[in-house]
Amino acid sequence: MIEISGLFRKVDDKVLVKDVSITIPDGMIFGIIGPSGSGKTTLMRMIDLLDNPTRGTIVINGTIATRDKKQQLELRRKMGMVFQKPIVLSTTVFENVSYGLRFRGVKGEELKSRVLEAIDLVGLSGYDERYAPTLSGGEMQRVAIARSMVTRPEVLLLDEPTANLDPASTEKIEELIRAINSRFGTTIIISTHDLDQGQRIAQRIAVVIGGMVTQAGTPEEVFHKPLNSEIAMFVGVENTIGGTVTKSEQGLATISVQGKEVEAVSTEEIGGRVFFSIHPDDITLHSGIRVEKNTTTARNCIVGTVSGITQSGPFVLVTLDCGFPLKVIVTRRSVEDLGILPGKEMQACFKASAVHVMKS
Amino acid sequence: MNDIIEGFTQAIQLIVTLNPEVMEIALRTLMISLTATLLASLVAIPLGWWIHFHEFSGKRAVITIIQTLYAVPTVLVGLFVFLLISSSGPLGMLGLLFTPAGMIIAQMLLIIPMMIGLTITAFSGVDRTVVDTITSLGATGYQSMITIIKEVRFAVFAAIILGFGRAISEVGAAMMIGGNIRGYTRVLTTSIALETSMGNLPLSIALGLILLAIALVITLMLNIVQQRSRA
Repeated sequence: MIEISGLFRKVDDKVLVKDVSITIPDGMIFGIIGPSGSGKTTLMRMIDLLDNPTRGTIVINGTIATRDKKQQLELRRKMGMVFQKPIVLSTTVFENVSYGLRFRGVKGEELKSRVLEAIDLVGLSGYDERYAPTLSGGEMQRVAIARSMVTRPEVLLLDEPTANLDPASTEKIEELIRAINSRFGTTIIISTHDLDQGQRIAQRIAVVIGGMVTQAGTPEEVFHKPLNSEIAMFVGVENTIGGTVTKSEQGLATISVQGKEVEAVSTEEIGGRVFFSIHPDDITLHSGIRVEKNTTTARNCIVGTVSGITQSGPFVLVTLDCGFPLKVIVTRRSVEDLGILPGKEMQACFKASAVHVMKS
Repeated sequence: MNDIIEGFTQAIQLIVTLNPEVMEIALRTLMISLTATLLASLVAIPLGWWIHFHEFSGKRAVITIIQTLYAVPTVLVGLFVFLLISSSGPLGMLGLLFTPAGMIIAQMLLIIPMMIGLTITAFSGVDRTVVDTITSLGATGYQSMITIIKEVRFAVFAAIILGFGRAISEVGAAMMIGGNIRGYTRVLTTSIALETSMGNLPLSIALGLILLAIALVITLMLNIVQQRSRA
């Protein structure tokens, strides 16, 4: 288990990481997501003890990391780290993968069998005598993973491992990360600015913005129930809208936005300025006869004009101008059945429980 | 003109017939300069690594001083070592003046700054992530240094070859510290200087040709190293 508390790093006058406290249980794939320059790499480097924190503590499997070089080396040898830039040393794949073992004094047959096993693990069997710098970016990154895994680390740190790779290589690396985690129970900490990747791989996620962990939770919590508007905007939650609470009773708040009223399950007080989000999946579109509020389970039915229709994979993203833009995901079939066309007036309905209210 | 042609003819004869005096001077020269280069490498490469990878106040000034010393006149190094090892100097009791060991020390001091400088240049070509990767793999400080040297082995080898080239071709310090004693401290450069002044052109030319041949070998090695590093 890795327990980080009050971690702070300042270089010159610049605060890179500010009061970060997170706990990463054994065997978990833990995602650190955040925009570029938010402090993810600094945090990863401190966990691998490559950089010292200005203050705060890192406890790795019960041992508090100090500045003692010998202790740092001992702790670092329980971990492996793969960097964003695919780095291989100017020698063969075999030699590259063998470094960690050689540093630990492993020799002979044991070294050979473990190196070949690690090369096999990353799907590069037969590449052992290839000159590593001639490999593709994706292959180099797999060599880097093999090089870290050959020492059987308890913790594997992956700092934006697919940032420079094509989609096919990214998919292979992601499969590999899942396989390593399930086969060896390795705790994996992966930083990424790719939100989809964070959602696909991580079991828990910490959102780092401006050097601080602004939210930590399951991908469901982070992507569907962001704590504030900043996180919502970063994680790309559609339909993040600002308004003022005009009524609040029995756990139901009415929020006024651009002259329209939206009911939400919330205990926010009257007069409070809030943001709310509605997932485009949770909204249904209706045309023709107006759906009366309270005649469906949806407490909210808002009229708007279709202002945009965009293909989104197998679905269609319809933008409705309701005084504020509201995005709705529908099937292609629905577009035809409902006759959705630009300029057409339609009604968007959604439940009060689908409205996620957050602090502004 | 005839003297020169005759000098060349006799010089080639001296080389082809493996003239004992010529061979003895050439071998001693190689022995002294190779030893000086080897010992200088053991000092310069770790020092270059340390200077490059550690932050300390005055680092820039130290590098500037090292770069300035690239061009230090060999006679100045000779004078410095002479003052150091002459009978009245602080190391006078070691009796190193007019010995091959004294010459080795002088050549070491001459080439160490250049080798440190070139080693620093070699290390500055190493991507920071390479260093981090090696550290994250659990390398100790020593293991990290050896791995990084291996990574820039061609550039470091070029520094060693250039150091050897400067050591073997210098004359000032060799003359002042070695004293050009026949059969003991006489080397190619000091011998050429002496024989030319004595009018013994065939021997001077023969020794000069050997020195040129060594320079040619050094250049070829450097070219091979540079080609391999680009490959």
